[in-house]
Amino acid sequence: MDSAVGRPEGCALVTGASRGIGAAIARGLAEDGWAVGVNYRSDSDGAEEVVSQLEAAGGQALAIQADVSDRDAADALFPPLEERFGPVLVLVNNAGVRVDGLAPQMEDEAWDKVLATNLSGAFRLTRRALRGMMRARFGRIVNISSIVGQRANPGQANYAASKAGLIAFTSTVAAEVARRSVTVNAVAPGLVETELTKDIGDEMLQAIPARRAGTPEEVAACVRFLVSQEASYVNGTTLTVDGGMTA
Amino acid sequence: MPTANKEQIEERMTAALESFGAERDQIKRDANWEALDVDSLDLVELAQIVEEEYGVKMKEEDMKELKTVGDAVDFVAERAKS
Repeated sequence: MDSAVGRPEGCALVTGASRGIGAAIARGLAEDGWAVGVNYRSDSDGAEEVVSQLEAAGGQALAIQADVSDRDAADALFPPLEERFGPVLVLVNNAGVRVDGLAPQMEDEAWDKVLATNLSGAFRLTRRALRGMMRARFGRIVNISSIVGQRANPGQANYAASKAGLIAFTSTVAAEVARRSVTVNAVAPGLVETELTKDIGDEMLQAIPARRAGTPEEVAACVRFLVSQEASYVNGTTLTVDGGMTA
Repeated sequence: MPTANKEQIEERMTAALESFGAERDQIKRDANWEALDVDSLDLVELAQIVEEEYGVKMKEEDMKELKTVGDAVDFVAERAKS
């Protein structure tokens, strides 16, 4: 089935897409026929490599630098994409940072940095994306949360708060815009093999019924479903992908 | 930003309200949002259209004061001139 049939012309924007889960999501959406904006903060080589992969596979892509924690990030990200590919009809808020530490010792900077990127960045990009989506009467927003947003993980109070905030943000915005045929969902991965999780010990694997970490592609598959036409009635929910860890 | 007179603004707003589901023959200057079944999300989208097409910002506090189609048309027409 051609997944591009019957949907409006437009493109996808994936934040934090130069590597890991974001890169896998960008590849997956390109396979589904979306032109993809590949956002990166500092890894321009990684982002250009992702773009090259997508173009080599016959897709369209554009690498765009922006730190999503900047208040002006939307102004850097949306106009180039809209000019080249049309309105952003798919937004995947994937960019995330970790600055771990126990709450009693956590510095304000560590708290602010994580919330600014993981939560406030998602809010501002969502606000901007909804303009075009509401007018198009079509839109898909997927926020990459975490199982840490649903259960305790000592040492990550800031990260957990940002990811829990994303879940509440997701369901609230979904209820606000659902009647414009815009869906807003979250994906909550468990342990996934990425740069961000490489320093997490093997003992954690014992807590996972699947006895392994997930892959970025397994997370991307969930995002691809939520973005698809088939998921048009799935709205405001959080899809957990964790090998049974929180079952 | 294109200039527009009051009639053009009213016509554009009528088209927008119609796209939200309001009946065209009920969209009159004295019609209020409730009677047209225009809700807060519709008004947000109307504000976006007005900002993009006429460069006029309709803030949330402004919207609260605009009770009817005529109120909104006059608000935009006044500010689009300046």
